[in-house]
Amino acid sequence: MLPLIQREVVERKGWIDEEEFLNMIALAQAAPGLIAVNSAIFIGWRVGGWKGVCGAVLGAVLPSFIIILAIAMIFSEWKELPAVEAVFKGVRPAVVALIAAPLVKMAKSSKITWTTALIPIAAALLIWLGHVNPVWVILATIVITLCSIWLSSYRSSK
Amino acid sequence: MLYLALFISFFKIGLFGFGGGLAILSLIEMEVESHGWMSEQEFVDIVAVSQVTPGPIGINCATYVGYTTAGIWGSVLATTAIILPSLIIMLSICRAYFWLNKRFADSPYFTQTLRMLRFTVLGLIAAAALLLIKPTTFIDYTSWIIFAVVAFCTILPNFTKKKVTDIVSHPILLIVLAGIAGYLIYAPA
Repeated sequence: MLPLIQREVVERKGWIDEEEFLNMIALAQAAPGLIAVNSAIFIGWRVGGWKGVCGAVLGAVLPSFIIILAIAMIFSEWKELPAVEAVFKGVRPAVVALIAAPLVKMAKSSKITWTTALIPIAAALLIWLGHVNPVWVILATIVITLCSIWLSSYRSSK
Repeated sequence: MLYLALFISFFKIGLFGFGGGLAILSLIEMEVESHGWMSEQEFVDIVAVSQVTPGPIGINCATYVGYTTAGIWGSVLATTAIILPSLIIMLSICRAYFWLNKRFADSPYFTQTLRMLRFTVLGLIAAAALLLIKPTTFIDYTSWIIFAVVAFCTILPNFTKKKVTDIVSHPILLIVLAGIAGYLIYAPA
């Protein structure tokens, strides 16, 4: 989605420049929430303040909202049809594969090592087998990282 | 109070959803499952629909879950709730943009936490996939064959640079093919 945003916002409309666009990606990915929505908020704010934010967010959300609402209305009636159920029996394992397979590329680009691989493995096991809410896993990651940096800087300052 | 529960759940998902669409899935799954709003089959189906329609997966799930649990207003509420934390946080960041850039961006507290969160997010995505492997979604050995083929096609571009692999690994194509396979294998004659 980001290349699409870049072409529209940087090249066609010239709302922000290339460098600011890169900053925007960094912020939109670092902040929690949907990256497309975060980007829309940033660009909307830069271009037109509060009004810009309202316009950009509505623009980013409404198409999905309308499409899915229409599908939800139709789908709740079609769901029981044997043919539709058969199609989804084939689709479900494919979806699980589409969730899992990008992990290979993401692990590569995050420069993971054997030691740091313990973090995602522990997180996955806690959620999958321990049924721990992912919210706690995320909070624990933040707290442990902050504490360990604070501890090491405290020790080195002594 | 169904509306309140919907709002709190999706606000939480928006607030703790680091790392983009796939990472958010395990959060949505947990919320939806603990409230009994959807079976895992329904959840996988909506993820499938999200993959073949444009737009962020988070918005798609919020709209769909909101509609099936509480009608049109439910979908409006859930979608608003998932955006709201983004609005609050991103607007604060925008207003403090220059200040943040100078003092925050280089702070090890900030960069290290982001680095660690990237690793955790890998685990969240793996968990989302693992949680969906259930007897209701993987009904027999053909399910595993479909899984293996789709996973193989998706991973392939990481190792070869051929143009064909880019086409074969396209998620929409793979979902459509899996749907056709499902129809041919499981549809009653």
